[in-house]
Amino acid sequence: MRASLWMRLLPPVLGLGLLWLVWFVATLKGGPFPTPGQTWQAAVQLFSDPFYRNGPNDQGIGWNVLNSLQRVGLGFGLAALVGIPLGFVIGRFEFASRMLSPLISLLKPVSPLAWLPIGLLVFKSANPAAIWTIFICSIWPMVVNTAVGVQRVPRDYLNVARVLRLSEWKLVTRILFPAVLPYLLTGVRLSVGTAWLVIVAAEMLTGGVGIGFWVWDEWNNLNVRHILIAIFVIGLVGLLLEAALMALARRFSFDD
Amino acid sequence: MSQAFIRVQRTDMLFPTRQGWFHALRDIDLDIAQGEFVTLIGHSGCGKSTLLNLIAGLITPTGGALLCDGREIAGPGPDRAVVFQNHSLLPWLTCFDNVLLAVESVFGGREPRSRLMARTEEALQLVGMGHAMAKRPHEISGGMKQRVGIARALAMAPKVLLMDEPFGALDALTRAHLQDELLKIVAATRSTVVMVTHDVDEAVLLSDRIVMMTNGPAATIGEILPVALPRPRDRVALAEDPAYVHARKAVIDFLYTRHRHAEATSA
Repeated sequence: MRASLWMRLLPPVLGLGLLWLVWFVATLKGGPFPTPGQTWQAAVQLFSDPFYRNGPNDQGIGWNVLNSLQRVGLGFGLAALVGIPLGFVIGRFEFASRMLSPLISLLKPVSPLAWLPIGLLVFKSANPAAIWTIFICSIWPMVVNTAVGVQRVPRDYLNVARVLRLSEWKLVTRILFPAVLPYLLTGVRLSVGTAWLVIVAAEMLTGGVGIGFWVWDEWNNLNVRHILIAIFVIGLVGLLLEAALMALARRFSFDD
Repeated sequence: MSQAFIRVQRTDMLFPTRQGWFHALRDIDLDIAQGEFVTLIGHSGCGKSTLLNLIAGLITPTGGALLCDGREIAGPGPDRAVVFQNHSLLPWLTCFDNVLLAVESVFGGREPRSRLMARTEEALQLVGMGHAMAKRPHEISGGMKQRVGIARALAMAPKVLLMDEPFGALDALTRAHLQDELLKIVAATRSTVVMVTHDVDEAVLLSDRIVMMTNGPAATIGEILPVALPRPRDRVALAEDPAYVHARKAVIDFLYTRHRHAEATSA
């Protein structure tokens, strides 16, 4: 049964209202923390001109977000290009699985920031190092989910393929890929989420134009309002990425 | 049998398990002639599906040999089409594309695309699914899915049709209906069929011979009952036919008097 309009609208609005209330009460007595009203005013001002450029270190929030998204897109795209085929290989061949699983288990829990110096060392430049960090952190969910998906393809479908003597190409395109797609998209979703988490930390360290560095820059300027705005913007962009991929996943899910 | 088409010779099947080897089948000897309809019947766990999978080539025997048309069965292939118990249609393909995939894999290199499409359509028409070719499996009923599964197998023009409890998951009326259809199709195509079932009436109605299997572990063929009823067979007329009743009684005797299921006797 679908929830009524009230049930869908009222609780989320109340939740947001509660956040606002806590914030409002906590900042009643003043202090360094800006009130909701002050933050709102700053946001209105900030978003009135999101695409200005005053030199390399002072650009509008729109440019910062777009630059971060570009890095995420590049790092994540490369990760997908490598990770998805790798996941298929691991899922399909037990030898590869036994060979690579320990490596994945070892590298997966490593914090993104630990990868950054390696990137700086190899690429000798901040921007590729940030993209490298995104790449290495967002590749694992795609590898693991794709591999699990391939391993969970129903045995009956594989038996069908064996009886039909399908070529490896047809097996992959007609049976494995469609069967794995829901798992794969879950991996993609987790990866994009991770990538967006990592970018803020990476940019804080590498600098350049980007939402992460912007947060750090505003901290150095002691502009807490802008930091709060950045937190909302980062959350909102992450939410939109997630929603877009959920819609994509629904499009490609199938009923048995 | 003079011209045995499928030969199963002194076949043994053991499966590795955590507690050591499980002896599923022991000393199976069976010859099946071309055009014959043979059912394998027995209690659950008697290895009847294992025997079917051996003939399909999906598993290889640990002992003995299996031959099809004079050649050793070394693996699965489209000459021995399988109708799976749970239909196993690919949910992301339409009924038409499911059958076409099989047609392509058998005739793909040799025939033009239009001929492949025609074959696919013919097979679906044969099982009465011409109206639902563009539907996905989840949009049709269980009985219809199984029809498409049969169409997929038939479209490959196999030497042998292997059916693993094809109607097991269907309600009684649908099952009866599909059995009648299968009788007609097999009469028309003169297919050799090996079918696994646990339904006595289904076995007697469809079979030329009923292979009755003892209980596992180390199950083997207990008895083979020839069913000498004339074809075409009609379930209504047969219901009171003495030969039918006799065959039915013989199977029930075997299954429930002489080879009661272990769980049933201990209960």
